[in-house]
Amino acid sequence: MSEQIDESLKAELQKQGVLVTSIQELCSLGYNWGRRNSIWPLQFGLACCAIEMIAAAASRFDLARFGGEVFRPSPRQADLIIVSGTVTKKMAPQVVRLYNQMPDPKYVIAMGACAISGGPFKQGYNVLKGIDRYIPVDVFIPGCPPRPEAFLHAFIELQKKIDAQKLVGPAQGSHLNPERPSEFPIPVFGAHDLEPPANRSIWNPKPVERS
Amino acid sequence: MESLEEIKSRTEIAVPGAKVVIVPNANPALAGSLLLDHQHAVAVAKFLRDDPALKLDFCSNVTGVDWLDRVVKTKHKVVRSEDGVDTEVDEERTAQIPGYLEAVYHLYSMTLKHGPVVIRLRTEGRTENVRLPSLTPVFRSAELQEREIFDLFGIHFEGHPDLRRILMWDEFTDFPMRKDYREPDDYDYEPTPHGAVAAKAKLHYPARPAQDGGESISKPGAAV
Repeated sequence: MSEQIDESLKAELQKQGVLVTSIQELCSLGYNWGRRNSIWPLQFGLACCAIEMIAAAASRFDLARFGGEVFRPSPRQADLIIVSGTVTKKMAPQVVRLYNQMPDPKYVIAMGACAISGGPFKQGYNVLKGIDRYIPVDVFIPGCPPRPEAFLHAFIELQKKIDAQKLVGPAQGSHLNPERPSEFPIPVFGAHDLEPPANRSIWNPKPVERS
Repeated sequence: MESLEEIKSRTEIAVPGAKVVIVPNANPALAGSLLLDHQHAVAVAKFLRDDPALKLDFCSNVTGVDWLDRVVKTKHKVVRSEDGVDTEVDEERTAQIPGYLEAVYHLYSMTLKHGPVVIRLRTEGRTENVRLPSLTPVFRSAELQEREIFDLFGIHFEGHPDLRRILMWDEFTDFPMRKDYREPDDYDYEPTPHGAVAAKAKLHYPARPAQDGGESISKPGAAV
């Protein structure tokens, strides 16, 4: 077991070219290496940010270098949903529904000012002020719209996050926890607004401190 | 193209009983518009479309306007006689104009390449009697735009083939483009507010009785 090996001894052996590890660590390594280098995003775009996402996937920026070029037209085959663009209140239940239909482990990138906070349209009567009100977001990309380089940066950050999700131990990936919900309630269309306006079990920001 | 006055007089001859009012535009660069009565609006629109000299066969744009109740002040010259001497005095009169909703149509001619001729329809009130005749049977391109006006302003177009909400969901009951619409207050988390958003976010700030004295500032609807 890895806990029984002295960390300094392990480092010393590694310098000499001897790799000491546990079965679980080795499995995590292979498992995460495979997962992070073959992320299948959902083929899904909402507004102008989607154009930048498409540009990132096309030849000039080439998302295939990072193993994310297989855009799937079905949520059943996707690991990653990129919320790229303004989420209108009419569209929000559909976004949550798509997320719910994805199999675990699944990840969310909120791309652009609109997907994060409503952006320039946040005072609109039909604009959701951030998709993190309904689904858990792994990486936020600010920008209006973010450049493809920013998108690639977010993608690499997501890969780092996946790499850190071990099979066992304290750093165990949250998708392996049977307690963690895989689906989130879909908001319903109310008379004046979406009901509820936010899922308070996942979206509960600290009160803003005034200066 | 003919002037609005000519169109008005020819229309009133062609459609007996039709009342057409020319609404002037304060901007000298822009032409005025024709205000139609409900009863003859469809017949007038048909005439404008089919008349060989006008042939306004293309309705490019339909939009709504919300006019609130307003008070109009006008100055009149009044002659007053005091001690047998007549003096001309400016008298200010105020007139209460109740609010109404309006649908504005921009008509062009594809065959004769002229336009626009702007026509208007006004409802009787802002919240009650918000009915207008639909011009979709005359101009097919008005169908989705009249639906949009129905969705956002709440004008009921009688004779429209498929009057449903188009942008908002069916369960929605408000009309967001009316001037008295208030959006749902979800400004409780604003890390970097400014301008109008800051004013809305302030209502959600936690109370600071030590600095502000009392809790008045944090109560929704209190002074901002």
